[in-house]
Order: sequence, then structure tokens, then C-alpha cells
Amino acid sequence: MFRRVLGKTLGFLGYTVQYGCIAHCAFEYIGEFVACSGPSMEPTITSHDVVFSERLSRHLCRIEKGDIVIAKSPFDPHMNICKRVIGLEGDKICTSGPSDVFKTHQYPRLPQPTLRPAISLKPITVPKGHVWLEGDNLRNSTDSRSYGPVPYALIRGRVCLKLWPPHNFGALNQSPTGRIVKRSD
Amino acid sequence: MAQQAGAGRRYVRAFVSGFFVAVPVTVTVLDRFAYVARVEGASMQPSLNPEGNVTGSDVVLLNRWSVRNYQVRRGDIVSVLSPKNPQQKIIKRVIALEGDFIKTLGYKNRYLKVPDGHFWIEGDHHGHSLDSNSFGPALRTPWRARCSVKCCVWCSHGVSCQVSLGLVHGRASHIIWPPNRWQRIEPSIPPERMPLLNWHADATEDEEKD
Repeated sequence: MFRRVLGKTLGFLGYTVQYGCIAHCAFEYIGEFVACSGPSMEPTITSHDVVFSERLSRHLCRIEKGDIVIAKSPFDPHMNICKRVIGLEGDKICTSGPSDVFKTHQYPRLPQPTLRPAISLKPITVPKGHVWLEGDNLRNSTDSRSYGPVPYALIRGRVCLKLWPPHNFGALNQSPTGRIVKRSD
Repeated sequence: MAQQAGAGRRYVRAFVSGFFVAVPVTVTVLDRFAYVARVEGASMQPSLNPEGNVTGSDVVLLNRWSVRNYQVRRGDIVSVLSPKNPQQKIIKRVIALEGDFIKTLGYKNRYLKVPDGHFWIEGDHHGHSLDSNSFGPALRTPWRARCSVKCCVWCSHGVSCQVSLGLVHGRASHIIWPPNRWQRIEPSIPPERMPLLNWHADATEDEEKD
């Protein structure tokens, strides 16, 4: 009797482990559901929207300009950020941020735009292995304009479908800001 | 004939069900618990690959469970996804954590405060004069020739830099090959590379004094 219970428990554990591993592989290599919060991607994605982000593009290195990606925050690995890819490695980005904001030993939290001390219009070249991320809501988004280019390896996945709210179900819109860098051939 | 067809179908079923058990479990173990990696390059000498690639490279066991919350300690040898090439991993020692002030060797800034969410890594082989200063366009190390994208081959080209904590991949806990080098890897920092002070620790000490 005891042996039967033990056998059943072990069998149950075995199935749990197996299906847990299958779930891990699905979430890690196929895609995951993400609940977004914050105003930095309005109007494309509003707060409390649920989106589906697929992982295959990231593992196959197929993320392109204009894609909305979920990435780990460079300053807090427990937080994720949802932004649009504006430029890939090698692209020149024109930005009006402070000229010394990308020095590695400073990286200040960017204060409100009205307090920015200097304007620099020198184009920044995105280094190898990095991407330039910006939110669609440029006025209210902390992105690469404040913390610099983000390593590609921090990207988790590409947002491909909006699932909630139901009246907005479907693919996501193009960038409303027109900031995506054209191909420099 | 019918018996052979039945036996064939049984084998196929057994293979498929075994496949769906073995592959997800293996992938999950490699992603979450432990990884095995061969170290290439000389920038971690003498801790790893003390004789270079002549007698064969060291193989290390990477503990992925201990870094699941991005907790690394100073002196650990860690593998990190390369900020320059997302398909490559580099293996280095952690010298400083966020908030530490350090004196750099050959970096563009002599003194540096490691920003939040980042940590500072260095190779052990400081005499390796081709340490790169930053993420420059070309890393000129002769040992770089074998950096491949195969899953278990790492390249430890000379790099000292700060990396985001989100890039940490695993902590090297043991050397498992060759057998005469079986050992546990202990965290240690050369005394001349210790951080000068820690911003956050000193701030809390001041508060306690008041």
C-alpha cells in the first residue's frame, strides 16, 4: 500500500518535472506574455496592456529597426523595459541629449527635460553589439537618450501581438515618431 | 510482417516520448542549473588555461542557479554575454560591484565609479598587453582566432570593462577537465586590484555614526 502511494507520488513528480521543463522551453525559446505598465510607449502600447513577445528573433539575431522589444534594464536587471529599436550597430543617431551623458562613469538619471544643461547635436554611432532604444512617447520616456545604447544581449524578445484590451487586439503600429534611422548605404 | 510493423511503431513511439522528456529536461538544466564550457584564450592565466591551448583548454562547470538573482561577489569568475557580440560569452573575474570606486588599468578613465546595475570585470593576465580599454572596434589578441559560435566554446579575449548585471550568465565553480586540474574555484581578488572604497557602504556607515 505504501509502495503504491510512493509510486504514484514519484510518477506525479516525474510528470510535473517533465511538463515544467516543457513550459520553460516554451517560454524561453518561443514566446511569453508580458503586461506592460508606464506611458513611454503611448499611443502604440498603453499602460496595463498585455502583449505577446516572441523569443525566436532574439535567439536568431533577427531583431530589426522599428521592432518593439522587451529588454532587461541596463541599470536594474530585475526590471524590464519595453521600447522600440531606432538604430542598430553602426547607425548614427542624432540626439539632443547632454553631450557628456554617455561617459561611462557618470550615467546620471536624466532629470526633467527643462533642466538639461547643454544641447549636443553631434551624431552618436551605436557601438558594435548594441542597439538604440527609444519609446514612442518621446516626451515621457527614459530610454537610450538618457542611458546610452543598450547591449543587444539584454534584449529578451520582440513584441509581435497585442492581446489585451480586446478592442485593440492585433499587430502593433509603426513608429509614430519618425525617428528610425534610415539605412546608410 | 505485421509483427515487424508493430515493433517498428513501438520503437517510434518510445523514441518520440523519450525525446520529449530528454530534450526539455536537458535544455532546462543547461539554462537554469549548470552549464559546461571550454575556456579558450589566455587572458585568465594563471587561473584558467595556464598552459594556453598547447595541452588542451580547461573545461569549467558554470553554476547558473547561483546567479539567477544576479548576485555576484567580488572575486568570482563569471561568464558573461559579450556586450560586443551577443552570440559569444566571455569569462572573467569580478573585481568590483556597483558603487565601488576603482583604479583602472589602461582604461580611458583612471578612476571610475561603477554605475548602478553594473559590475567591473577583468582578466587575470594583466601582462597581456592587449587588454582593450573599452568596447573599441577591434580586439587585437592572437588567441582570438578560435572564437567560434559553437555552444560550448568560450573565448576569453583580453577585456576589462564594466558590464550590466543583466548580462551575467553563470559563475564558474569548478574546473572539471583536465583531470589533473580538478579543483573548486575560490573567489579571490589580487590585493592590488581591490576597490578603493564603496560608495553605498561608506554612506551607510556615516548614517550609523550620526
